[in-house]
Amino acid sequence: MKKLLMISAAIAAVAVAATGYNAHAADKLKVGFIYLGPVGDLGWTYRHEVGRQELVKALGDKIETTYLENVNEGPDSERSIEQLARTGHQLIFTTSFGYMDPTLKVAKRFPKIKFEHATGFKTAPNMGNYAGRFYEGRYIQGVIAGKMSKKGVIGYIGSFPIPEVISGINATMLGAQSVNPNIKVKIIWVNTWFDPGKEADAAKALADQGVDIIMQHTDSPAAMQVAAQRGILAFGQDSDMIKFGPKTQLTAIIDNWGPYYIKQTKAALDGTWKAGETWDGLKEKMVVMAPYTNMPDDVKALAEKTEAGIVAGTLHPFKCPVYGQDGKAVECKGGTHLAPGQILGMNFYVKGVDDKIPGK
Amino acid sequence: MGLLEAILISVIAASTPLLLAAAGELVVERSGVLNLGVEGMMIMGAACGFAGCWLTGSTFLGALCGIAAGAALSLVFAMLTLGLAVNQVAAGLALTILGTGLSGLIGAGFVGQRIVPAPHLDIPFITTLPVVGKLFFGQDGFVYFSILLVIAIWWFLYRTRAGLILRATGDNHTSAHALGYPVLKIRLLAVLFGGGCAGLAGAYLPLAYTPFFIPGMTAGRGWIALALVVFSSWRPGRLVGGAYLFGAVTILQLHAQALGLGIPSQLMTSLPYLATVVVLVLISRSRGIAGSAAPASLGMVFVPDR
Amino acid sequence: MQLVLEKRAERSTLIAVASPLIAIVLTLVTMSILFAILGKNPIAALNVYFVEPLTDTYTLGEIIVKATPLVMIGIGLSLCYLANVWNIGAEGQFLIGAVCGSWLAVVTNGTGAGYWVLPAMLVLGAAGGALYALIPALCKVRFGANEILTSLMLVYVAELILDYLVRGPWRDPKGMNFPTTAAFDPVATVPTLFDGSRVHAGSIIALLVVIAATVMLGRTIKGFEIRVVGAAPRAARFAGFSADRLVLFTFAVSGALAGLAGIIEVAGPVGVLQPGISPGYGFTAIIVAFLGRLNPIGILIAGLFLALTFIGGEGAQISMKIPLDLTKVFQGILLFYVLACDSMILYRIRLIATPKKSAPASVQGNVHGTA
Repeated sequence: MKKLLMISAAIAAVAVAATGYNAHAADKLKVGFIYLGPVGDLGWTYRHEVGRQELVKALGDKIETTYLENVNEGPDSERSIEQLARTGHQLIFTTSFGYMDPTLKVAKRFPKIKFEHATGFKTAPNMGNYAGRFYEGRYIQGVIAGKMSKKGVIGYIGSFPIPEVISGINATMLGAQSVNPNIKVKIIWVNTWFDPGKEADAAKALADQGVDIIMQHTDSPAAMQVAAQRGILAFGQDSDMIKFGPKTQLTAIIDNWGPYYIKQTKAALDGTWKAGETWDGLKEKMVVMAPYTNMPDDVKALAEKTEAGIVAGTLHPFKCPVYGQDGKAVECKGGTHLAPGQILGMNFYVKGVDDKIPGK
Repeated sequence: MGLLEAILISVIAASTPLLLAAAGELVVERSGVLNLGVEGMMIMGAACGFAGCWLTGSTFLGALCGIAAGAALSLVFAMLTLGLAVNQVAAGLALTILGTGLSGLIGAGFVGQRIVPAPHLDIPFITTLPVVGKLFFGQDGFVYFSILLVIAIWWFLYRTRAGLILRATGDNHTSAHALGYPVLKIRLLAVLFGGGCAGLAGAYLPLAYTPFFIPGMTAGRGWIALALVVFSSWRPGRLVGGAYLFGAVTILQLHAQALGLGIPSQLMTSLPYLATVVVLVLISRSRGIAGSAAPASLGMVFVPDR
Repeated sequence: MQLVLEKRAERSTLIAVASPLIAIVLTLVTMSILFAILGKNPIAALNVYFVEPLTDTYTLGEIIVKATPLVMIGIGLSLCYLANVWNIGAEGQFLIGAVCGSWLAVVTNGTGAGYWVLPAMLVLGAAGGALYALIPALCKVRFGANEILTSLMLVYVAELILDYLVRGPWRDPKGMNFPTTAAFDPVATVPTLFDGSRVHAGSIIALLVVIAATVMLGRTIKGFEIRVVGAAPRAARFAGFSADRLVLFTFAVSGALAGLAGIIEVAGPVGVLQPGISPGYGFTAIIVAFLGRLNPIGILIAGLFLALTFIGGEGAQISMKIPLDLTKVFQGILLFYVLACDSMILYRIRLIATPKKSAPASVQGNVHGTA
């Protein structure tokens, strides 16, 4: 019996060997992706993976894609990126801030290969960067929260105090203050992107302390579910999480990378690709709001009006003057609103946030 | 519902997966086997538990799937360490790698799916009692089971002959063998029991705690469970204390953050770990080594001579 | 009929040589079956996993880069485990070593400091790792607190200390407030050895550590003491060896080596201090230590081998589109086979008619199996 098994395994091996290994197609453009988490994280990495799938759907006959998931931001990432570069990938997307310096190093060694780095600030002749203006969505959520919170307190679950999260908290507060000047926020940092249990614990703690709207900057739908159980309201993050809180989700900020991936890959195919700095928002649909639900029509109308204003450019979430916690106006480097650099590197809380940035 | 009561309910929920996994590992270690693969077995239990519940629509069957998955993985460990005398530490760590990978493959199809979370047992009149009602009677089945499990383990270890034999096996397998006890068979059963408990602990997360599955959702709880067994000095009673202490500090630091005290969140997040260390030092100091029931044969290879 | 395990009278040299090959063949058979189910080519997979990384100078270099911290930490841990001291917290000691060494890089950044910076950083890194490791050691010696718990818990604390520093005091002022220090100056960077490769001087240090550990364990009183205390604590006490002192010694040495590995990794391949500088080296090194049978040369081979499985797994993701989870399953299975085959060096499986009971005389290996 054992022998029989061995023989059949060997036959199977040979049979597969005869048919397999045809993945190589020389004339297709190879596009590579480096992911921070597993593709099934339901959050940040998952949305990039959805973008990749949209890319395959759109240009599948002209390209071949590869991804490496769970790539550590420390010593491993440079190797992972270089491995993609060495295996014929002509366009490589690295999808987390921590990959910035490694991408730059590899880009210098492979001047003919095109690199795109997400959410950073360094570029090279063959390395562009891209990010979403997620604070625009946060501002709308702030407006909704300001209107919908009966107690006037927003509960905010933060991952790590990086500028993107800080600017999200600030945009939320500015939006909320535009309709309720006395709005308050309670912030809990969970020091992880990825621990549903802990996110749920944080959401419970906020609910127990009397918060009636929960906003999160972590990846999983855990907080949404807790809010649903407690009968309070919440906003989704990264994806539309309405499935996890049909009567709870007000809206969600959706990361929509697909159109950008398709655009840049097309450019690479046409030979028109250039290293650029892309910071797209609601207007360009890199940031998309999930349908406004579970709110009265007037709030919905206000949210839609706010969104339209941001898209049209008549409303900027960080319109000057922006006041810091000390009550002084922040230097306005962008004319009528804070300069992109001030928002990308934001490290202060606006007036009305009664807390301290950890480590500051 | 008062704040204190709410906090206590959260603490119990947060501690339950730790308690379940640690209770199983305690029995394993008491038999003299060190299985460091708890994290791997937990995440397998989470994936299979969710899959089972999603397919059958039953939390109970889901939990059984979780138990079976954890036990199945622990069987691989047992075959290697007991059957082939492989080093337990290395095998346990390899088991975690295997479990992480397998759970990802099994769970991939279930990411983003939704199930009905485990019901909370509401007993008419009793659950509505002030304070104690919800605290003691309004939890989900896993919580009650974890407490019953620890009591049962205590009773088994200290009040039954089989428990005595198991402890003897862990303390001195040579003597146990000499007395005619089937050391490897006892350990096999203990390892399977530990695997089942870890699987159940893992299943608790997607079935009751956060009713969805994503890979790696155990997020290191298996390691904490291992540490808690050490904290308990291999005694079931102290294990409960340890698990609830860890859970309590975890929840309390979140509440303290929400109050906006301005203490760096990194310090707050490190409190559960620091608290466990400090309390262990205090306990060890007052009781000395004598307070520990560390099995003397823990982690040692045993090959019976015929 | 029953299969039983039996201790060999002496180590089987034949199996010792053949064991890795048998393990690979067994993995191949398993892979073939799995790949057949998945419709992929098993021969190509074998090629991607075990051959390609070894036939390209770049990937060969990367194997060495990846193995360097694993070997260094693994050697330190092996000393602990030989002495029956359970340091599980090398990951934390690695991080604190990186933090302490980086302190100098941060304060001297842009000051034009001389070539003394890097050596001083390495010393600080080793010292930091050693001091951090002495916390659980002292808790054990002084209060009897079990070191498994204390060393493990301090890993999480170390992560948060690092996180706090790079987000706060040590943040790169020009870094847009992202959590990283400024890039280290050239004088604070571990030099690479070849062009076009990341292999760095740290790998040479790792080799020196292997040699030093071999000499210490084989030729010195200290090495003898470690093994006696681990294998026969009572005899050691009669011989006048202090178990407490040895706990402090092994923790300090393993902490120093982990800390050294940490600062080398930060000042070498990474180049800045940031969160996520370790993909779990401190835990993987535990497997390396035992896979190498707690023997310095064995640890060197085990470290390189484990690095190979990581690099090969990455290659499989790229060229065969095999998901990461599947490569993890293979890694797990491969480790099992290697461990099982390795066990056959000391034991053999025999088929016997019925298990008969006779005078009980058990074979009692201790935790390390061979020592």
